[in-house]
Amino acid sequence: MLELFMQPASTFAGDVDFLVNLVAVLTFFWGGLSAAVFFWLIWRFRYREGVRAQYVTGNEPDLKRFITYPHYLIIVCDLAIIAFAVQTWYKIKQDMPEPENEVRIVAQQWAWSFVDPGADGKLGTDDDIKTVDDLHVEVDKVTKYTLVSRDVLHDFSVPVFRLKQDAIPGREITGWFEPTVVGDFDIQCAEMCGIGHGIMGARIHVETAEQHKAWIESMSKVATN
Amino acid sequence: MAFKPIATTRSAAGILTAKLAVWWLLASEVVIFGGVLASYIMHRIGHPEWAHYAVHTNTLAGGTNTFVLLTSSLSAVLAHRAAQLKDGATAAKLLLATVGGGGIFLVIKSFEWANEIKHGYTISANPFWSFYYTAAGIHGLHVIAGMTLMLWVANDARKNQELHRVELVGIYWHFVDLVWIFLFPLLYIAK
Amino acid sequence: MSEPVTTVDPHHHHDAHGHHEPTFLEKYIFPLDHKYIGMQYMFTGMFMALFGGFFAYCFRLQLAFPGASVPGFGIVSPGEYNALVTNHGTVMIFWVAMPVLVAAFGNFLIPLMIGADDMVFPRLNRLSYQIFLLSAIILIISWFVPGGGFGGAWTAYPPLSANSHYSLTPLGSTLWVLAVALEFAAFLLGGINFITTAMNSRAPGMGAKDVPMVVWMICIASILFMVSVGPLIAGAIMLLFDQQLGTAFFDPQRGSDPILWQHLFWFFGHPEVYVVLLPATGITAEIICTFSRKKLFGYQTILYTTIGTGVLSFFVWAHHQFIAGIDPRMANVFTITTVLISIPIAEMMFLYIATLYGGSIRFTVPMLWALSFIAEFLIGGVTGIFLGASGADVYFHDTYFVVAHFHYTFFPIAIIGTFAALSYWFPKMFGRMLNERLGRIHFWGTIIPFNFIFIPLFITGSAGQHRRIYDYNNFPDVATPDLQMLNIIASVSLVILLCFQAVFLFNMFWSLFRGERAPANPWKANTLEWQAPSPPPHGNFPPDAMPSVYRGPYEYSVPGREDDFWPQNAPS
Ligand code: HEA
Ligand code: HEA
Ligand code: CUA
Ligand SMILES: [Cu+2]
Repeated sequence: MLELFMQPASTFAGDVDFLVNLVAVLTFFWGGLSAAVFFWLIWRFRYREGVRAQYVTGNEPDLKRFITYPHYLIIVCDLAIIAFAVQTWYKIKQDMPEPENEVRIVAQQWAWSFVDPGADGKLGTDDDIKTVDDLHVEVDKVTKYTLVSRDVLHDFSVPVFRLKQDAIPGREITGWFEPTVVGDFDIQCAEMCGIGHGIMGARIHVETAEQHKAWIESMSKVATN
Repeated sequence: MAFKPIATTRSAAGILTAKLAVWWLLASEVVIFGGVLASYIMHRIGHPEWAHYAVHTNTLAGGTNTFVLLTSSLSAVLAHRAAQLKDGATAAKLLLATVGGGGIFLVIKSFEWANEIKHGYTISANPFWSFYYTAAGIHGLHVIAGMTLMLWVANDARKNQELHRVELVGIYWHFVDLVWIFLFPLLYIAK
Repeated sequence: MSEPVTTVDPHHHHDAHGHHEPTFLEKYIFPLDHKYIGMQYMFTGMFMALFGGFFAYCFRLQLAFPGASVPGFGIVSPGEYNALVTNHGTVMIFWVAMPVLVAAFGNFLIPLMIGADDMVFPRLNRLSYQIFLLSAIILIISWFVPGGGFGGAWTAYPPLSANSHYSLTPLGSTLWVLAVALEFAAFLLGGINFITTAMNSRAPGMGAKDVPMVVWMICIASILFMVSVGPLIAGAIMLLFDQQLGTAFFDPQRGSDPILWQHLFWFFGHPEVYVVLLPATGITAEIICTFSRKKLFGYQTILYTTIGTGVLSFFVWAHHQFIAGIDPRMANVFTITTVLISIPIAEMMFLYIATLYGGSIRFTVPMLWALSFIAEFLIGGVTGIFLGASGADVYFHDTYFVVAHFHYTFFPIAIIGTFAALSYWFPKMFGRMLNERLGRIHFWGTIIPFNFIFIPLFITGSAGQHRRIYDYNNFPDVATPDLQMLNIIASVSLVILLCFQAVFLFNMFWSLFRGERAPANPWKANTLEWQAPSPPPHGNFPPDAMPSVYRGPYEYSVPGREDDFWPQNAPS
């Protein structure tokens, strides 16, 4: 369902969308069923002249089973939901594939600054490329990010990747994503961080290998002159 | 207590209403202190270096205060005994003794704190001292509250009125005492 | 009632307070009578609801027409937007839902329904209201101090909330925390009173199984509140100190951890949502039984599911912090507990639905509200499962999907539940009937716009619009015309909804004075409050004829009796 509203553009976006569909099907089925029964009972047992309500305590086995059996089924559905939720979660947040690229993300009121390793592919060297509110990454490359905050809580959120992670002052949080679609997408700050929270956006530019290389060169030129 | 509803005189649960209320009050207090202490313990586990700050706490003063509070609890127990024997006068005296204990506790504490603040260990020095003063401070407020209540109850007890309340303030005082029994090792001994 | 009687002989008081009617001041300004304290809570809550609704109106219009000047407010600046949202949330939960559902109806109903003449501690009760009123006043002041009201979201995460250098609201944030802390203190006192009263002052013969469901639910809610709020009270004190004394409780620069606050907050925050849920479900139980003339289906099972929900609610809090930097392995634990909470609640919903089976359902206004509560809450509930599934929450967290989720739970609870209770007990409270036709107009005029507000928000959320953003034009991907259209639909529906509230307010105040006089038991209900006169005199029941209970609260349509109801206190 999500893909209708927001295109999936990372390797785990598909898993998230599948999980959402699963939950949607199960909950809408049971929720819908409950609602249907609910409205049917309302209509069926509406007040009618001379018809007296029945005296039902709720201990009649033949009635109770209409509640207990669905209830068992719901427990089964719950287990299914849990299983897929944990699996997806593991892939996004616990698993850490071998990184092919690296980037350092620094959040502060109210801007994002990004550090790209540059040509040598190592952070902390002097050919690092610093950008503000523009993150350039390479498509189909597992990119490891290190997320820090200079002041308050922020949240690095890339909807198309189905990715979110709080940035916490005093901590270095690492994670990963692998873009699958070339293009420019939104980065939103997803944690209330003060007056500028509403303007704390940035763009992520997913580029092909060549584009990315070209970008790195252009930037290092800027640095040298 | 001019007006007393019929409700108050009933006891469907078989426990004196006032006592029931005191226990619920304590239940809500327990979680408040629980919150402070849990947060503190989590930090201590996460930050071994806090032990270096804790060194500067005055274990002697803390120990003395522990002793003082325990004795004051004892006199509270005796007051309850006296109250059961309908001996309001003695109960009142013993309660005053307990109040005295609370007083000594506060005096010692104020000297202790004054000294620590003089050496620059203020509440804003670092997280350890923040917890130190806050936890002990909240407890101190409970001590003051307990003392005030006890003076009030003692005044009634003197006239042999509302003797059942002697036990109730006693329960409250034991709680205040117990909280300190937790605070003392956590703030003073753990170094 | 507070006439100075010096002796302590109990019998004397009974007569004393049985007959002596209090003066105006004693009755309406500083009442000890639980009914009037309840009404004080209710009117204060509604007054605050006007603020909460007005704030929603202001920021909703800003979202629909970014940058346009909002009629009655003006241009909404980013800072003001945050303050509006924050205080909207705070007011609606702590100064509307809590006082109206727990305190107002708790106070009004518990003594009446258990056949007592008052709370066990009338003075404590009055004190609790006065503290609550003080807290409300402090909150209102906090909106007008220099720097403006607090804008760090109702969750007040530090360091933002702890440091005015970040939040830029030096006074606002302090007053906000202070108000919230006082409010908690007020409800702790109130809760002790409720629980003790219900435990000890039940009418002779009223066993655990004869206690009306709403009394059970309000008491369980009070216990949940009492057990969960402690850590947050401690946290509030710490936050105050961090703001004012420069302590280092939540300061990462000085080696402590801002996440600590999130744990303290949500350990309270999640049980809190059930604290307001339970009274609303209790109210629903009373109403559907009365108007379907049916015994509650599985009274005991419902009680167990309630307790089960309450216990589970202490083990799910971190589902608000999935992506907040907690250990990822913890998230799995909390996903399990969170999704499992659907088990007791589903059971409860099913039992409510089953109660309708074989009934003779009368569509009075209270019944309409009660039924719509069930229907709407189902939507709010199931959407919670999306968020509980950690993998999906990575996407949904902090989007409007969350906002829509909890409005589909909160609105049914705080607004629909309140209207249900109010239209059901209004005759008992004020001795006059509400106007049925106006009631229906108000019902449809509230329910339909409500769904048109929040269904669109589910979509904008799924499309990636995040919360607490005053203008989406800063985010090209989500600044599309279609999403803007949905936002406009939501905002316009809100305006319509608010207009229909006027119908309610008129109906209420008109009926207060002009409405037709209510008989003692207009709905032919069993529970004890309906056996007292409408409105109940001071002392509720004649002191020499306090009711005794002979049967459960829901003995409707018992075979072999020609009435289809059987009051709890009617000797068989
Ligand atoms: C009274 C209010 C209330 C209630 C009752 C609930 C009920 C639930 N809530 Fe909600 N919630 C809030 C108020 C409420 N919530 C608020 C205010 C927030 C946001 C706070 C903030 O950040 O500002 C929030 C946020 C919130 C989050 C965090 C979202 C995020 O910020 O990332 C989560 C995640 O797990 C969650 C889950 C749930 C669940 C699982 C339930 C469950 O209790 C629901 C159980 C009920 C049902 C499931 C329906 C009945 C069952 C059936 C019809 C059977 C079919 C079901 C299945 C097959 C599973 N809620
Ligand atoms: C009980 C809780 C409650 C209730 C009822 C509401 C009611 C409404 N809420 Fe609110 N809301 C919250 C709790 C609640 N909200 C919380 C906790 C947040 C999060 C805040 C944060 O992020 O920090 C939030 C945030 C929030 C947002 C997100 C803002 C953002 O993130 O940028 C939006 C946006 O549309 C919104 C809209 C609305 C609307 C349109 C209503 C309408 O339904 C309002 C309709 C108006 C009324 C119903 C009042 C008038 C009625 C009367 C005067 C009748 C008498 C009163 C009674 C019967 C009680 N709310
Ligand atoms: Cu940064 Cu919100
Ligand atoms: Cu929750």
